[in-house]
Amino acid sequence: MSLHITSPAFKENAVDALANVDLQQALAHVERGFIHKRQAAVDALPEFEALRREAKAIKDHTLAHLDLYLEAFEENALKAGAEVHFAETAEDARQAVLEICRRVGAKTVTKGKSMISEEIGLNTFLEASDIVPVETDLGEYIIQLRGETPSHIIAPAVHVTRSQVEADFRRVHTHLDPERDLTEPVSLLSEARAALREKFLAADVGITGANFLVVETGSSVIVTNEGNGDLTQILPRVHIVIASLEKLVPNLEDVSTLLRVLARSATGQEMSVYTTFSTGPRRPGDPDGPEETHIVILDNGRSEMLADEYREMLRCIRCGACMNHCPVYHAIGGHAYGATYVGPMGAVLAPALFGLEHTANLPNASTFCGRCESVCPVGIPLPKLMRHWREREYERHLKPATERSGLALWAFLARRPKLYRLATRIGLAALSPFGRKGRFAWLPLAGGWTRHRDLPAPAAKSFVAQWKARS
Amino acid sequence: MSSPEIAGGKGSGRPRVGLFATCLVDLFRPETGFAAARLIEAAGCDVDVPESQTCCGQPAYNSGDREDAKAIARQVVETFEGFDYVVVPSGSCAATLSRHYPELLADDPAFARRAEALAAKTFELTAFLYDVMGITKVKARFAGSVTYHDACSGLRELSIQKQPRELLQSVEGLTLTEMTDPDVCCGFGGTFCVKYPEISNAIVTKKAATIAASGAETLVAGDLGCLMNMAGKLSRDGRKVRARHVAEVLADMGEGPAIGEAK
Repeated sequence: MSLHITSPAFKENAVDALANVDLQQALAHVERGFIHKRQAAVDALPEFEALRREAKAIKDHTLAHLDLYLEAFEENALKAGAEVHFAETAEDARQAVLEICRRVGAKTVTKGKSMISEEIGLNTFLEASDIVPVETDLGEYIIQLRGETPSHIIAPAVHVTRSQVEADFRRVHTHLDPERDLTEPVSLLSEARAALREKFLAADVGITGANFLVVETGSSVIVTNEGNGDLTQILPRVHIVIASLEKLVPNLEDVSTLLRVLARSATGQEMSVYTTFSTGPRRPGDPDGPEETHIVILDNGRSEMLADEYREMLRCIRCGACMNHCPVYHAIGGHAYGATYVGPMGAVLAPALFGLEHTANLPNASTFCGRCESVCPVGIPLPKLMRHWREREYERHLKPATERSGLALWAFLARRPKLYRLATRIGLAALSPFGRKGRFAWLPLAGGWTRHRDLPAPAAKSFVAQWKARS
Repeated sequence: MSSPEIAGGKGSGRPRVGLFATCLVDLFRPETGFAAARLIEAAGCDVDVPESQTCCGQPAYNSGDREDAKAIARQVVETFEGFDYVVVPSGSCAATLSRHYPELLADDPAFARRAEALAAKTFELTAFLYDVMGITKVKARFAGSVTYHDACSGLRELSIQKQPRELLQSVEGLTLTEMTDPDVCCGFGGTFCVKYPEISNAIVTKKAATIAASGAETLVAGDLGCLMNMAGKLSRDGRKVRARHVAEVLADMGEGPAIGEAK
């Protein structure tokens, strides 16, 4: 089973997204909300820049010794009574989860929000195995009802408007009074809560992701704003954590540093409402907790990244600040990217996970404005890493022939100053009779530009030539 | 190693500046080149414009064509390394020389150090005037309100934000009117705007609206690529805002036809 990757149709997806009125209405909130809240949180914390440097150093250190930390984590998790499963591929991870579910006879599985679950296509896989996955994060619950994937890594339903959610709830919650008032967002929340409460109690297995895996204690850490993650991991008999290997953090001190930059970067909160540390299954005397705890650690291409130029991407703590500040994301939203991870972080990560041949559009669809890098809490040079993908694409001859030949001609001239002078002199002279208005509304071969905007006319004579003539 | 094209400092003791006009200024907007030269001279430097300059190589570099980008980088190093300073009326091209060439040529034993040396003396125009030459006021008049767009590379790679604004404030008759989010990308992105024209259009449409909403009569910025994108959108949308390179306003050359206007 493989994920449905629609990135090859990125351009068409983007055009559709731009014409989607509901989406455009929903996206307007992203731009305003997230950016201002983050800025206010950063302004209120004088040591934020120092914390960013510290967070980056913690992740770099961990990645440099990841083999040792993985061993130590497994040892400590075992000591706490958990079982650790290493999954090299997405398929390995799916099978590990399925095996546990089958052994305990699971029929219903509740799920906390997890991008790894999306990455490995867990829900469709479980459904095909007659196990019902129920998403318990409100955003995830909404998109599950809609049969969609997340369009944002921390706000999965950010592309949906309130009135769309209302329509979905009326369509699905048919046991409720059709006349009920759902105009206020809080009424939607209450309705989802009530629907989910039964599911929490019925579930045999709870699956969550992890924001961090703490090496010194063998714990997993989740941050949520709804508390759904806690109910997912505490109420069922079995708790499965699925996390990728770069989630490791050496100790609790380091986790607290990362938590301080995470929520501020993500939602502008000082802390998320719930930060939950979960260490092994229920011990004798514990009031609650699962009987079994399993931690599935996914590689899925990440060890390779560790060894190449994309290593810095493994510092990512999934705050979403890069997409919140991205002009391309603001324009088209997340679904157009078509490869689980979206925005600038997705443009770097998706090619590593799913193959550049399917995802080459993503690292190209950036203006390199650099705003993503400027807000990244762990200093990932996202434009540089996107450029590296473009280099690989160029080396592997994956670029369209027209783009390649146009650039080749330009580079050919740029490398030959005398020829460049001659060619540009001829070109400018040839164009000058047509540019009397000062601009072109249309020009052959420049349709990509002139379809949407005028092209200022070139000079009749270049600056360098005019300068030479003057002096 | 010095280039044969360098005029030689005339024994004046004035710093010798190589003006890297950029390909867009060279071909589309010579006025900006002359304005930059005037400003650099007024700051007390001698200016030369080497004829063998072409392009900084960004189109190749950002398209993944590293070999052509390196070849162009070596050529720029050879052309400009003999000057005391290299000044560029573009944040993104200046950043290519000063931030990216050293990395591009790091593995080239014949050029690694020379690229570092060039990087250390390469500056975007307003940063050169303000930070290097200590110019805080210019002798210029410009009647009207102006709004300044922070082109991305200059802002985020070179921290250019205060310099152009301070200099603009010193222009007689000029009112600086900030737009909302002047630091948000205009959607140009080099080849991005023709590879993904619809997305680029969505971004520049929004930008043109915020520019118009500022109420300013003139848009200025430090990068011609971004300016051509915004000017082209403003005129296509029938908006009355005119667009100029910041150098033209600072050099008292803000009277001629604006970008995209008949000459």
